[in-house]
Amino acid sequence: MAKFTFPKIAPSEIEPTPRELGTPPTSRREVLTGLVAGAGATLLAESAIAQPATVSARSAATPVAPPSFRRNPRWSVSEAPNTWEEITTYNNFYEFGLDKSDPSERSGSFKPRPWSVEIAGEAAKTGRYTLEDILKPHALEERIYRFRCVEAWSRVVPWLGIPLRDVLARFEPNSRAKFVEFTTLLDPKQFPGQRSRVIDWPYVEGLRIDEAMHPLTLLTVGLHGRWLPNQSGAPLRLIVPWKYGFKSIKSIVRIRFVEKQPATSWNKAAPDEYGFYANVNPAVDHPRWSQAKERRLGGSLFGSRIDTLPFNGYANEVAALYRGLDLRRFY
Amino acid sequence: MTVTSGPHLTRRGVEQLALLIALVPITWMAIALFEIAGQSLGPNPSRELLHSSGKTALNALWLTLAMRPLQELTGRIEFLWCRRVAGLTSFAYATLHLFVYAILELGLDWSDLGAEIAKRPFIIVGLIALIGMLPMAATSTDRAMRRMGRRWQRWHAAIYPIAILAVWHYYWQVKLDITEPLIYAATLAALLGYRLHRTRHRRRSI
Repeated sequence: MAKFTFPKIAPSEIEPTPRELGTPPTSRREVLTGLVAGAGATLLAESAIAQPATVSARSAATPVAPPSFRRNPRWSVSEAPNTWEEITTYNNFYEFGLDKSDPSERSGSFKPRPWSVEIAGEAAKTGRYTLEDILKPHALEERIYRFRCVEAWSRVVPWLGIPLRDVLARFEPNSRAKFVEFTTLLDPKQFPGQRSRVIDWPYVEGLRIDEAMHPLTLLTVGLHGRWLPNQSGAPLRLIVPWKYGFKSIKSIVRIRFVEKQPATSWNKAAPDEYGFYANVNPAVDHPRWSQAKERRLGGSLFGSRIDTLPFNGYANEVAALYRGLDLRRFY
Repeated sequence: MTVTSGPHLTRRGVEQLALLIALVPITWMAIALFEIAGQSLGPNPSRELLHSSGKTALNALWLTLAMRPLQELTGRIEFLWCRRVAGLTSFAYATLHLFVYAILELGLDWSDLGAEIAKRPFIIVGLIALIGMLPMAATSTDRAMRRMGRRWQRWHAAIYPIAILAVWHYYWQVKLDITEPLIYAATLAALLGYRLHRTRHRRRSI
């Protein structure tokens, strides 16, 4: 594996930042739910405080204790995160519809629990695992990442998750596992968008094994201190912060270790526009628009766009993965 | 032409009504922009303004084209009276669309605009359509109509190629789902077909 250099971290970045950021205040009920659930005592107060009162987006069926987590400043950017509203009302999640507002408006009846994930392919411990099985041995971390959509907008999101590599290692992939393929749930009853064939459902994404094992790659279950709302890919999604957002597949039901590069959904739909790698790259334009700049959501209407950074600003951490690879050809 | 009974509207009244309808989208945009009454343009307001202005321009253009068939099918002259307002509405929203793009999306960064235009043919196609509408908008007065006579008809037939460019512009920038551009293209084909059929029919009867 390549060795990674970590960016220098200013003391101000290690200091926890205040949690307001547009999320509504805590309700007493939710604090209590958190206490009753009882996880690591030191984390409790923090996670409970982080719980906003509006729970409409959460599964109404079974009340789930709020997540306990630890902030990981080492892997967090210092930019101010976007609000809950900005993150959860403007989404590309074609399973719920094509409009940016469809996911938040049409995901109310989606059931993220109970949930299980099939582990398949080139690994010793394949089989079906419940969401709880997958999460149990790990501590949740909060990481504030930049998120750059291929459509030239971006935001900053405080995700909750586990380094994917820690989870994958438990399944003991063998030496033939060169790639990891991820699949979203196929269920047109819950995903109305799957009734129209704009994409060859189910949605499939993939990573090279070294990308999947990179410490930045996060198996994500929450944001802003809460479990993922349905429109954001509940209950389990991928976050690969140096790649365009469409690589960060949502509502994962299958993880397969494979020897050959998987056929991924957007790449199949428009191969000249969306590559397998899809690393954020200001120097390689989308055929129909420039990728040199991006609109940071939540800024003022007349605010200028900001420059897009190579690998979305994570070049120090990930550029080594692609040494010798022609990034124009493998976009 | 068929004579119909029904409520009597003056041409002026019809035009004022059409103008009122034309102001609905811009009013909604303003309300959402200033977040009045719980309305909002969402987290990406400039993109939302870009899309809604473009869509309104397209809708108004299609309505402009539909007025003659509607008049012939229903026998109501009022449809023709709306046509000028509909055409000018399309022109106004298309102009707004360009301004939103240049000012809000590009932030008036002209070097960017040059690069974008050079690389992205759908922008050129849209721009040609808008420029093509200019002489029509400029000659939309009664006076210009009288002065130009037959030439006016020929100039304003340019609306058909402009509509083709407009739907092409829309089709080309859609990410994946081309259903909507195809619906616009199909209705345009129907309107064009109707128009060609009518011209041929009329020639024969002369």
